[in-house]
Amino acid sequence: MDLLFEKSVMDRRSELLPPLDVPETALPEQLARKTAPLLPELSEGDLSRHYSALEKRAYGVNSGFYPLGSCTMKYNPAVNEKCAKLPGFCEIHPLQPESSVQGCLAALALAEEYLTEITGMDRMTFQPAAGAQGEFTGLMLIKKYHEARGDHRRKKIIIPDSAHGTNPATVSMCGMEVVNIPSDEDGCINIERLKAAVSADTAGMMLTNPNTLGIFEKDILSITEIVHEAGGLVYYDGANLNAVMGVVRPGDMGFDIIHLNLHKTFSTPHGGGGPGCGAVGCKNFLEPYLPYPVVTKTDNGFRLDYDRPDSIGRVKGYYGNFLVVVKALAYLMTLGKEGIPLSAKTAVLNANYFMHLLKKRYTVATTGVCMHEFVISMEREKKERGVTATEIAKALIDRNIHPPTVYFPLIVKEALMVEPVETESKETLDEAARVFAEIYDAAMEDPGAVHACPQTTPIGRPDEVAAARNPVLRYRREDNDGA
Amino acid sequence: MAHYLPSTDVQRAEMLGAIGRGSIDELYAAVPQLLLQESGPNIPAGLSELEVTRKMSRLAEKNTVFRASFRGAGAYRHYRPAIVDAVTSKETFVTAYTPYQAELSQGILQSIFEYQTMIAELMGLDSSNASVYDGATATAEAAAMCRDRKRGVTLISETAHPEVIETVKTYCWAANNEVRVIPAKDGLTDLDELRKNMSEDVSGVYLMQPNYFGLIEDCEAAAEIIHEGGAKCIMGVNPIAAAILRSPGECGADIAVGEGQPLGMPLSFGGPYLGFMAATGAMTRKLPGRIVGQTTDDTGRRAFVLTLQAREQHIRREKAGSNICSNQALCAMTAAVYLAAMGPRGLKEVAAQCFSKAHYLARELEACGFKRRHDAEFFHEFLTECPVDTAKLEEHLARHGILAGAFTHGGILWCATEMNTKEEIDRLITLIKEVA
Amino acid sequence: MNNPHHLKYAKTHEWVEFLPDSTLKIGLTDYAQNEMGALVFVNLPEAGDAFSSGDIIGDVESVKTVSDIYAPVSGTVTAINEELLDTPEMINADPYGAWLVQVGDAEIDEPLLSAEEYEAFVAEGE
Repeated sequence: MDLLFEKSVMDRRSELLPPLDVPETALPEQLARKTAPLLPELSEGDLSRHYSALEKRAYGVNSGFYPLGSCTMKYNPAVNEKCAKLPGFCEIHPLQPESSVQGCLAALALAEEYLTEITGMDRMTFQPAAGAQGEFTGLMLIKKYHEARGDHRRKKIIIPDSAHGTNPATVSMCGMEVVNIPSDEDGCINIERLKAAVSADTAGMMLTNPNTLGIFEKDILSITEIVHEAGGLVYYDGANLNAVMGVVRPGDMGFDIIHLNLHKTFSTPHGGGGPGCGAVGCKNFLEPYLPYPVVTKTDNGFRLDYDRPDSIGRVKGYYGNFLVVVKALAYLMTLGKEGIPLSAKTAVLNANYFMHLLKKRYTVATTGVCMHEFVISMEREKKERGVTATEIAKALIDRNIHPPTVYFPLIVKEALMVEPVETESKETLDEAARVFAEIYDAAMEDPGAVHACPQTTPIGRPDEVAAARNPVLRYRREDNDGA
Repeated sequence: MAHYLPSTDVQRAEMLGAIGRGSIDELYAAVPQLLLQESGPNIPAGLSELEVTRKMSRLAEKNTVFRASFRGAGAYRHYRPAIVDAVTSKETFVTAYTPYQAELSQGILQSIFEYQTMIAELMGLDSSNASVYDGATATAEAAAMCRDRKRGVTLISETAHPEVIETVKTYCWAANNEVRVIPAKDGLTDLDELRKNMSEDVSGVYLMQPNYFGLIEDCEAAAEIIHEGGAKCIMGVNPIAAAILRSPGECGADIAVGEGQPLGMPLSFGGPYLGFMAATGAMTRKLPGRIVGQTTDDTGRRAFVLTLQAREQHIRREKAGSNICSNQALCAMTAAVYLAAMGPRGLKEVAAQCFSKAHYLARELEACGFKRRHDAEFFHEFLTECPVDTAKLEEHLARHGILAGAFTHGGILWCATEMNTKEEIDRLITLIKEVA
Repeated sequence: MNNPHHLKYAKTHEWVEFLPDSTLKIGLTDYAQNEMGALVFVNLPEAGDAFSSGDIIGDVESVKTVSDIYAPVSGTVTAINEELLDTPEMINADPYGAWLVQVGDAEIDEPLLSAEEYEAFVAEGE
């Protein structure tokens, strides 16, 4: 399919602005740009068709089953989008007088109230734009906490080897050191190894619970206690909160800080990669360190408090991805007290049911029940028949199912991480299980057959090696003239 | 209430039966039982869609939507062509995840490739990433790109947006790196001070164009000083101004970053916005986050993929230059559709109208005693003295549906864009005279 | 496996070639490049960088992995193979020709393996 630039026709344009109605002032020549940027010249109709064609070459939650592990691809309610398009939210300048933004501040305060209640935290900031930035903010709270106590030895963060890559990357951004501890086979923390890892230089620990293999840490209370006794704080990576929201609170498990992915757990859409919101909650003793400004309630309504001398500072412009918070708030209002835990429980039921169906052929990396997701290993099939996780993934594409997350977590070989969220029906799961089984049988019988997949998509398997060796990261007219 | 859950009670029972369980609660056996929230979280009961719509509308109505605005200071009101929302509301674009599975995601990947091309073109540089969170975080990421084992100090001009400076300071504090602020002179970066500060440990220097006061900096001269000192030049750029001002590439910048909100995004009380980043070829592999590249498929057809992934956190883990994962993809698409709808001449027209209207506004304000604080040339913002009571002024204008300029540095930072008609500007002046 | 006998090997899968001028060259073994698959980029140190054995002196990237390059000896970088920066695939094509860095003032702190010993070491790990 042609690029916008290849469809461009010189002098084609739309009339979008009225003529200038004030005397013209010319930009002094020495300040002016010398070369005009190459932007496409198209009619509105051209653009409409271009993007409609691109939409057909994409796959969203609206397109079909999307069991992408760790990403919680649940249905994104239409009413959320409708609320976020209200002019009273989207036409508001971030620096308007406080009296003119009381609705925005009330929305932030309300979302904070609901989400701190659900997570067992005391305060929350919505400034972080995504989960990774939430992690960064959370770790800075830990760094600041120790600094404020005059304890400058604590530079190490304990992370299980089953963790997301963002965890160790965040530790480095905070000038601290990663202490990796090997997990048990089910991805759970080994208490003895944890005891051996903590010391007087432990700043804290980052943990995802349920872990990335979909197992709830049964020793969670001992884990948080061990870290606390060593003088460290415990950070909850909210990637997998969907399994337990409204059922059990990270704050009650002993966590001091949490980040939430509103774009996973609280139903806001992912937009092909973002925007999200990585809200960060903390216990009261860490509240002074939160990024400023903080929304506070006074007798005269809400205000933004910038006078925060102990704050870690600002992590992003303004107050975060505000409209994402609006969408999450609409979801919280819709589900409410009963809906939040019911969604978590249904997600867990769906995962266990789907795991039960797939187990008839596939090898699940863990035993017993799972939480909201589970991990399949294709290690044996790869050895015996050369059928890898990739082969299964690509074959699923041809059956209109988005593949599970592949090759994560790293501690499982040939991993396929499956998360069949609560908004999927039993019929969808039954049908998908049938497809998974058919693909498995076909692949094991004739591994060559799946190697040609996918065939129903606009392209076959791309040459990623060539893409990385000789990066072509943009269109250049001169490269394409006369080609 | 159904809560978007399709399962019926009968189906739930069937599923439990299949897995040999009596109740869902049995699945939570690993959870310490005393921690279970038997009666759910202490939040209100769920509401119907109509009730939610009403409640949210009531919240939105508590905010004031100004009919006319002369406030910018980092977030700008521009005309958003109707096609922008029409395209970016398409459900598949809205609900897709990051395009990991290339075969299934060519539409998203191609749109990002087109976005990267337009940003690189606008900045006059070689490459662009697929976006980061916003202008402030883009700056912090750019500062990190410049650091190496030998050079770790970031210089940032005092004339940059205060929130950008604050964000960079936070990031650098976290990483144990020093930030020094270069003082301003007459509203512009003091180039003599810059030269004095160019020590051997300086890795990168950041200047904003136009700067926080709306003034046009001499970035070419700055870049020369920075390069003589062996450091990298980072330019923070308003993407509308970039249509007519000398591009970062033409000024000799190594990295260009900026707040992409003016490219078709509504003000939205501060977000979601768009952090864009462009770089020279030599710096490309240091760009953080997702990057889309062009390649071919197994039959030679053009294909797009996420590429240079070994830079990123999911592979490089603690050695990654950044932890960024999710970005602002849909906002990047918004910018791409905006730029394509405007085209080269439309975008230039927007910039030219901003320039002319801001200059008209400045002359009219000057005539009623609001003297400009600085002499340097400006783009679409400028700082004036405020000869009247600021609270009174803001209130009086607000009563007539007008948002005054931003009160900062003991004056007012005014902004005019193509959205401000002559009639509106003249009305503003009349109202100001009433306060005076 | 065909590991040249005139080279020495480290357990971290680098080879060392002793040159007549008392400098030495370091590269990646055939086993290492085979495990990594198609290489797409190499990060190398700069000439003049000093390091001790066991230090990470660079890394190699494939599409989905990155592996550190460990110094098998102590010394100072006297030259890097700049060709590899544009054509990392040379490591895949000719691992024992595609040297990464040349090292001066080298000291061997950790004993290096002969070709046979290295082969036995790799076989043990399989």
